[in-house]
Amino acid sequence: MSSLSASDLLQTTINFLAVGGLYALIALGYTLVYGILRFINFAHSDIVSWGAWIALTVASAAGWLASGRSGAAPAFALPLVLLVTMAVCAAMGVTIERLAYRPLRKAPRLNVLITAIGVSLFLQNVGLLDKVFGNRPSTISALLQNDVLATVGGVQLRLFDMLTIFLTLVLVVVLERIVYGTRMGRAMRAVSFDERVASLMGVNVNVVVSVTFALGSALAGAGGILFALRNDLRMTADASWVLLGLKAFVAAVVGGIGNVRGAAAGALLIAFVEVFVHRYVNAAFPDKPWVGQLQDIYVFGILILVLMFKPSGLLGKAVREKV
Amino acid sequence: MNLNTWRGLVIASALLSFVACDKGKKDDKGGGNQAPTTGTIVLGHFASMTGPQATFGISTDQAIRLAIEERNAKGGVKGRRLELVTIDDAGKQSEAATAVTRLINDHHAVAVLGEVASSLSLAGGPIAQKAKVPMISPSSTNPDVTDVGDYVFRVCFLDDFQGWVTAKFARENLKAQKAAILYDQAQAYSSGLADYFEKAFKEMGGTIVTKQAYTGGNLEISSQLQSVKGAGADVVFLPGYYSDAGTIIRKAREAGIKVPFVGGDGWDSEELAKIAGDAINGNYYSNHYVPDEDRPEVRNFVGNYQKKYGKTPDALAALGYDAALVLFDAMERAPSLDGKPLRDAIAGTKNFTGVTGTFSIDENRNAKKSAVIVEYQGGKKVMAARIEKK
Repeated sequence: MSSLSASDLLQTTINFLAVGGLYALIALGYTLVYGILRFINFAHSDIVSWGAWIALTVASAAGWLASGRSGAAPAFALPLVLLVTMAVCAAMGVTIERLAYRPLRKAPRLNVLITAIGVSLFLQNVGLLDKVFGNRPSTISALLQNDVLATVGGVQLRLFDMLTIFLTLVLVVVLERIVYGTRMGRAMRAVSFDERVASLMGVNVNVVVSVTFALGSALAGAGGILFALRNDLRMTADASWVLLGLKAFVAAVVGGIGNVRGAAAGALLIAFVEVFVHRYVNAAFPDKPWVGQLQDIYVFGILILVLMFKPSGLLGKAVREKV
Repeated sequence: MNLNTWRGLVIASALLSFVACDKGKKDDKGGGNQAPTTGTIVLGHFASMTGPQATFGISTDQAIRLAIEERNAKGGVKGRRLELVTIDDAGKQSEAATAVTRLINDHHAVAVLGEVASSLSLAGGPIAQKAKVPMISPSSTNPDVTDVGDYVFRVCFLDDFQGWVTAKFARENLKAQKAAILYDQAQAYSSGLADYFEKAFKEMGGTIVTKQAYTGGNLEISSQLQSVKGAGADVVFLPGYYSDAGTIIRKAREAGIKVPFVGGDGWDSEELAKIAGDAINGNYYSNHYVPDEDRPEVRNFVGNYQKKYGKTPDALAALGYDAALVLFDAMERAPSLDGKPLRDAIAGTKNFTGVTGTFSIDENRNAKKSAVIVEYQGGKKVMAARIEKK
């Protein structure tokens, strides 16, 4: 069967790595915040969508989207848009934490969780306003032409896929260096371990939390741009962003929430299930279209399996609840 | 008892009797079913003027207002001026029912126009049916909409017809033997259209080589595209909404799928070509009208709409305009504007020529009409074929 050829395998592998990289970038934000504050930032997927739309706003203000033709912008456009977007998203994350979450630091965790849902709904609906991003889908494909870089074994290596894989690797390595190789990283780990003791040892918890939100949100901004390059932009209140955030969140949980390497591993596993299993299971049952329809079920099925057999996640450590 | 208490009692009883009188007056009217015979005629429109589908409601409302303005300039209906009251339902089912109730009870609309989305027409329809006020949906294509009751009509074709039209076009005009289907499993519109296409395409002697599902908004569909590519189809049927279709076509071309895509009226939006870029050329979709069709009705409508609003009307605007014209025509023919006679006049619409073609209202209160196939050439929409009713 032609669909199971070697070139097909290679193409599927590339798809899997690109999708996995994208999920990893977003999963890291969930895991960082959870690691420090022990709460799930439901507004994270909205930072992703805002990142994509901020990139669109910046690029169109610079006149790079005017022609609407794919790849019409100059070569430095994308790196510049990427940096500006990551900076704006970092500022957004810090601001949201300062205004919405910090006043509730001592409140029960449920209150913060519900506040996060409120922040999420706020961002989704403000983004819909005509004066903000509007309620029509759009595209930033003019920023970069999706060129064929090379042809290997009958498979075209496309720029977007390679860029996603490359950028994810770079950002994950940088994050890893920050968390495990700097003073700030040590402070973050200390706060994650015990916030009160860390604060008694002279760690400024507020600064650490702000830095954590800045890092996670900057990665979310990068994820938003890469997602938009691949899949274009839907309105901020569209379910596609929620689904993207949900899958990244599942990746973080599967990998062991609070664990940086775990988030990356979880993202790869989720993408593997989504892309590989869908491709080959589907090809194996050509007469049963419902097999392919279950794509999302496979993803969330993994979550259930992991939670059943290793509730702390693949790379998470079981921590006894402190009394 | 002092003077103040007496005064209070007198005022209270006066108020009570006033309220009672007012209530009595309302009851005499018999539920707003009997329309006054002089003065301005009020028509109602419920639409999503805000919310995620705001463009649907705004296009339709603008076209209806244009139709009313033109009609009033010619002396209105039965020598009376027309007035439109629009109530926003924000794209929500609960709001749609309230909007229709308000149009009928508060504004005494003789007829209601709306909605675009089938789910919202299904929410508003029962209210109009119960009050026996005729309702015309301009563009809800789901078969269930007019099954609500004998006061609910529509001026657009249905999804089963659209599936048949696209299959016929793929089979006869594109000479396709093998078709692949890629549909949105989360949208009843898309999966319904996919089934109608599949049935018709097989009946016409073609084969469906693969049927792949995606979930609207989840556009990580590289493995679906690989399956479509591997199946070796002559044509891909993609009955999704424009917001997904543009991205999917672009990604399909990058994945090396070179055969034409065919879609339904859910593709009709300026955004489709913008998102897909150059990849949009050489693809087709079935629609209610094309703005560049050379007929006087189309030329006048497109010209006047452009003059008033500064943009080319989309299919929703064209259908909104036709819904208003069908209503005017029926109002002129009806002996009175009460619910029953007006309903009968709308049901009796025969060979009406509007912007979206010539059509009659059939016994199920649906429009029997033709469809056009639109092709993208150089980023522009051109008419590729007109496919007549079955």
